[in-house]
Amino acid sequence: MSTWANLGLQDSSSPLMEQLIFFHDHALMILVMITVLVGYLMFTLFFNKYVNRYLLHGQTIEIIWTILPAIILLFIAFPSLRLLYLLDEINEPSVTLKAIGHQWYWSYEYSDFNNVEFDSYMIPTNELPVDGFRLLDVDNRVVLPMNSQIRILVTAADVIHSWTVPALGVKVDGTPGRLNQTNFLINRPGLFYGQCSEICGANHSFMPIVIESIPVNYFIKWISKNNS
Amino acid sequence: MTKLETAPFDPRFPNQNVTRYCYQSYVDFHRCQKKRGTNYEPCNYFKKVFNSMCPNAWVEKWNDQIDSGTFPGRI
Repeated sequence: MSTWANLGLQDSSSPLMEQLIFFHDHALMILVMITVLVGYLMFTLFFNKYVNRYLLHGQTIEIIWTILPAIILLFIAFPSLRLLYLLDEINEPSVTLKAIGHQWYWSYEYSDFNNVEFDSYMIPTNELPVDGFRLLDVDNRVVLPMNSQIRILVTAADVIHSWTVPALGVKVDGTPGRLNQTNFLINRPGLFYGQCSEICGANHSFMPIVIESIPVNYFIKWISKNNS
Repeated sequence: MTKLETAPFDPRFPNQNVTRYCYQSYVDFHRCQKKRGTNYEPCNYFKKVFNSMCPNAWVEKWNDQIDSGTFPGRI
């Protein structure tokens, strides 16, 4: 999760998020190099007394500064496309979780084995335990097995919502009457926090998402215990 | 012992939008039961799929529509 003064991306907990971070760093490295080069050129051009009396046009430099950016853009475009299709890839999922957005809470359904469904409300600040995270902790967490492909189906009951967990690189809009599918794999145990990411009304900021990632055998125990 | 198993990837629905996967499985289940009778075991595959894919509220709504004869799909 995001803690004090965290301005960058959160630590990744899924292979896809790892790739997204690599791509972000790669793109940023190119941007920094360009900024430094252009900055240096501008600085030196402004602060010197040289004058080129014969400067009317420069065919060679024009060709260079047209072709070179095009090549640099290719170095961003191809990794970007690779990642785009990688994110779209559907692997054989072993668990399906349904997340349904409501005004203003998420409800979850696991219907693969026995039917488990519950609502997940934010814990209001006055009821928060001392070690709780304000505006982020919920009463019922989404329990998911780690190291398994998870299919998440996002939909909504009233207005558009968006189910997001930054550490897993997942963001899917929940639209009423439509099922949106995506999948992810959590590669470590722990708690992962997220918030609704589509303005959905007055309490939009108060419908967080908490995933509790646990080993598969504990997940099976949990799901059998919660049979409703 | 619960086995971790869910509706498989269906090449008919390769997109992010899988609304039809849910709906089609629901209709297929009822068509299958209409054709083969309610005791025909293989029909339950569709039931398993639509239970995994459809929000419970949708299934309830469609069940009510079937009961009252207002379900718009062709079964």
